[in-house]
Amino acid sequence: MATQSILGLYENAEYAAEASESLENAGFSKEEFDFLTDTPYPEGALGERHHSHRLYVFPFIGALLGLSTALLLTIGTQISYPLITGGKPILSIPPMVIISYEGTMLGAILFTIIGIIFESRLGPNLKNRLYDPRISEGLIGLIVDCNESKIATAEQVMTQAGAIEIKRK
Amino acid sequence: MYEGKTYSNKQINDDLLSSLTKSSLVYWAIVGTLGLIVLVATVAVAFMINKGLGVTGLNRPVMWGFFITNFVFWIGISHAGVMLSAILRLSKAEWRRPATRAAEVLTIFSLMTAVLMPLIHSGRPWRLVYWVMFPYDFQRGIWMDIRSPLVWDPAAVNTYLTSSILFVFVALIPDIAIIRDRSSGIKKIVYSVLSLGWRGTTRQWKFQAIAGILLSALILPVFVSVHSIVSWDFGMAIAVKSWHSTIFAPYFVIGAVHSGVSGVVSVMILMRWLFGWQNYVRHEHIDALGRLLLVIAIAWFYFLLMEFMFGIYGQEGDELATRHMQLLEPPWMWFFIVFIITAFLFPVPMWLFRRVRRNLWLMLITTISVNIGMWLERLLIIVPGLARKQVFTGTWYTYAPSIIEITIIGGTFAMVLMLFLLFAKIFPLIPLFDIKEGQVLQDKIKVGKAEIPAVIREE
Repeated sequence: MATQSILGLYENAEYAAEASESLENAGFSKEEFDFLTDTPYPEGALGERHHSHRLYVFPFIGALLGLSTALLLTIGTQISYPLITGGKPILSIPPMVIISYEGTMLGAILFTIIGIIFESRLGPNLKNRLYDPRISEGLIGLIVDCNESKIATAEQVMTQAGAIEIKRK
Repeated sequence: MYEGKTYSNKQINDDLLSSLTKSSLVYWAIVGTLGLIVLVATVAVAFMINKGLGVTGLNRPVMWGFFITNFVFWIGISHAGVMLSAILRLSKAEWRRPATRAAEVLTIFSLMTAVLMPLIHSGRPWRLVYWVMFPYDFQRGIWMDIRSPLVWDPAAVNTYLTSSILFVFVALIPDIAIIRDRSSGIKKIVYSVLSLGWRGTTRQWKFQAIAGILLSALILPVFVSVHSIVSWDFGMAIAVKSWHSTIFAPYFVIGAVHSGVSGVVSVMILMRWLFGWQNYVRHEHIDALGRLLLVIAIAWFYFLLMEFMFGIYGQEGDELATRHMQLLEPPWMWFFIVFIITAFLFPVPMWLFRRVRRNLWLMLITTISVNIGMWLERLLIIVPGLARKQVFTGTWYTYAPSIIEITIIGGTFAMVLMLFLLFAKIFPLIPLFDIKEGQVLQDKIKVGKAEIPAVIREE
């Protein structure tokens, strides 16, 4: 059966939290609904949620790639024209450490950003998702993505919990 | 302690996005004047490139002058930003909220300006491609020499600049979404693309919080490396003995923080005045930054004393000649007196008093004073060091900047301020979601007969 979305708008976090409790009591799982807010509420304020992720892998991969690139650059450029200056070895370790350090950090940071965008499920596809611009002004959105058959129940529960408006897609 | 009023989320949006929507005549007059100064400086750069470095006051042995001084200065200012923001985020300091974005943005624009200085100084900016990107000679494969600190420098600065821009962008996404929701037409399209489809789900907020902490932790080591490497531009130079101090790296880093945090305080006060953000940039914030400055300034002064003490203790000819020039020969001795008064003796005793730390005019004057002093400090390190780098008096010389150099330096100050103000027209300078979060977490606790403002802290 096709999945449908419904968005309830609430004036404050208390009403929205109560609505989510009512949804759970009505048999909706936590994966079927989520909150949309313009404020980062403390964890648990809108019900406990566990988001599994692998964000911490990204900086490590980035660091390894950055280190490899930096080593390739420092070693490759020096041995491509092996000119001894100041009696120092062609592959002088201290400067290689410095460039490699910067390369490692740059790789780690770039991949962390990619990781954050990926794990946050960000992407330019808002048009296809249910949303209301009033959420930016302080309204709390409670969005339910469930089977078509459960949509009517969800709407009823959300209205009873004090939603000021219900939007469907 | 929270001393501000509580506003609705809509009111916070209205107030903090006012810089984007309302344009006062004063604002455009300032931006216009700054733009004019930048234009004059650009003409001066073009003139210098056309005529060659002979139009500057640079001459052997002083081949680094105002441009390199300015490079070190702007790198220093850039250290405030992300350092301040990262440390305050990691330590969950409540008073960070109005300061972080301004500090980060100041970092980006001052770094961009700093990067320009060696390019202008080279006299032949197009040679940059040989310096850091391509080999001098493709057929023989002669690349840049990675053993030179002048190659480490662009590596570090570009890492810091890229990281800082991305750090600011990630923290801007929720605020860009708010602007998207309030705009229409072409603006809406642009902000929609930039907001990456942000809706404020619990998952997105969770990763926004993790991003703040994780990126702060990753950027802090880069921040330390950047000014250390800038100090090695000097410290690794073989011929200049007065630059061979072993404490140069930490001395440069702490000096950068001293001038940078002062710069942040100055722009926060100017922001408050220009955009009417009295309820967001409050006396308590400036007071807290004043306390932080007090600690930083004293630590920096300790390094300054150590640098002089060990320099003179060695009793080496070049070193003593440099110190003699810095302390006893005009005009450098006058610069030294102005430097020590403006960077330490005037502001630091003032900051000891709460009344001063909560007086915005005095804080503006003292923080600007620090940056006058810190600019002179860099000049006093560079020019006397080069002018007395050999014991033979026949090779001694001094340096006086030309009007071209002074114009270009003036232009860089105008450019940073102008870019900062133009940024305020496109993005909010105070993170809206951070202010709203601060309000959600604030409370009042009754202790005996008193009702004390308090903040709930997440662990």
